[in-house]
Amino acid sequence: MSESYEVVIGLEVHVELKTASKLFCGCTNLFGQEPNTHTCPVCLGMPGALPVLNQQAVALATRAALALSCDVHPFSKFDRKQYFYPDLPKAYQISQYDQPLATEGHVTIRGEFGMRSIGIERIHLEEDAGKLNHIGQRLGDATGSLVDLNRAGVPLIEIVSRPDMHSPEEARLYLTELRTVLSYLDISDLRMEEGSMRCDANISLRPSSYTGSLVDLPRVEIKNVNSFRNVQRGIEHEIVRQKALLEQGIRVVKETRGFDDAAGTTYSQRSKEAANDYRYFPEPDLPPLILDTEWLEAQKREMPDLPEALRHSLTTEGLVSRDVEVLVQDRALYGFWREVVAIFPDVKLVTNWLLSDYSRHMNAQGLSFDTPGVSAEHLAQLLGLIQDGTLSGKMAKEVLEAMFTTKESPEAVVQRLGLSQITDQEAIRVIVAEVITANPGVVADFQGGKDKALAFLVGQVMKATKGQAKPNLVNSLLREAIASHV
Amino acid sequence: MLLSKEDVLHVANLARLSVEPSELQEIQDTLSRVLEYIDLLNELDTEQVVPTSQVVEQHTVWRSDQVEKSLPIALAIQNGPQVVTGMFVVPKILDGGGQ
Repeated sequence: MSESYEVVIGLEVHVELKTASKLFCGCTNLFGQEPNTHTCPVCLGMPGALPVLNQQAVALATRAALALSCDVHPFSKFDRKQYFYPDLPKAYQISQYDQPLATEGHVTIRGEFGMRSIGIERIHLEEDAGKLNHIGQRLGDATGSLVDLNRAGVPLIEIVSRPDMHSPEEARLYLTELRTVLSYLDISDLRMEEGSMRCDANISLRPSSYTGSLVDLPRVEIKNVNSFRNVQRGIEHEIVRQKALLEQGIRVVKETRGFDDAAGTTYSQRSKEAANDYRYFPEPDLPPLILDTEWLEAQKREMPDLPEALRHSLTTEGLVSRDVEVLVQDRALYGFWREVVAIFPDVKLVTNWLLSDYSRHMNAQGLSFDTPGVSAEHLAQLLGLIQDGTLSGKMAKEVLEAMFTTKESPEAVVQRLGLSQITDQEAIRVIVAEVITANPGVVADFQGGKDKALAFLVGQVMKATKGQAKPNLVNSLLREAIASHV
Repeated sequence: MLLSKEDVLHVANLARLSVEPSELQEIQDTLSRVLEYIDLLNELDTEQVVPTSQVVEQHTVWRSDQVEKSLPIALAIQNGPQVVTGMFVVPKILDGGGQ
């Protein structure tokens, strides 16, 4: 009898917090500095140095926990997690073990299946390790490593999901929504390529005949994958690999695996140490953390509008759900949209232009909405010119393209290119009169009942105005003129 | 005996200590005796005692998020047995581990 398997996925996400200083010392928390220029006895792990907790890191971690609907615990404590590795100067990491800052939250994902809630087991605070630069192409061929401890002691939160995801797609949706929620809090750069957001994925396959507990299933952890896409690819590969093993009656080994981007496959790194091998014990240098109600309330007051609330308000403002998702998932884009709408309140026109032509130019220039290629004021002015009839949609596209190149105001581009749609009735009347005089035969045809003849005359006027007259205005002026032209 | 020989080797491995086969028996005996001694604590009835992780009566000692001066790099790396381009050189890592 052939067995079927249920995919079980849990994700651990590390997020570096955007504080000015490190978690337990006053060294600068900044990416991309000269190696070992931001270290001190505390983060170098010198004997006798004492850590002191950074209040702002607790504040940012608390806001993350609140945004993910967690219970924030008034009492939590720090523990030492012991392991030897060259990026860890103290040979232990200060983390939180059995009494973390927050537990029991969730993230809501949306897909073809509708909406699903993915549980968050816990969020805890911990310090980052240093950075290893391997000498040689790959870790496997490296002849040695160079240790930079600027990152050692940078504040991190680890967000541990429940094993609630059952496909690579669900894992991707969870990560996307998690990042979206966190982006509105502005607590981290959330850049996977710079390591300010990192993801480990735990994957196991549960045979349909399996009746034991989930924790006893052999679990494979894929470590430090550098993009959401690769998390998804790594999981996809792992499902295929584990299934093939199980179908041959081979046990899946509980281990840590790396992801090979080029091959799209995972490879064995080491067998996973059990939690008690880390020999956690309470950090004697740090007293417990007690958060009083007043402090927690102050953090709640710092909370911005979150994606769920924004989805609701944008839908109420008349946007379709597809546009709502695009706007909400990019905080900078959403902020820019708000700016434009504040100046030019036609929500539909703003959304249409922003999500189509404007975004296309942004992509073409490789820009993000933190640095918009055309300012909100200029875009609002351009939309104003469409609304008052100065520009046709086609002309406006041309103007926008020029604005992205020259950074001019729309008025300046319109003047420079001589693009304005002629709405001045007197100016058009003169041309209409000329066209009527020049085409007596066609006019007679129209008067004789040939409606199509009018289209020819409209075309002649448009040609004479280089397409800058409004066709429906030309049409009515022509009818008017012919009626009085006996 | 509280500890098996396997336990001793496992703990030695975690501590990156090499244990000669000739030393194993002695370590097993002495380490087990240490644990037996600590076992005395189990004679106390702690049923009604709230667990504590700290012996000082302090909590929530924290600082504001102020940047302070770091060490000059020359001082930061001076204890490194080998330093290249301002970074500590460590031998090849075999297991690709980390946290």
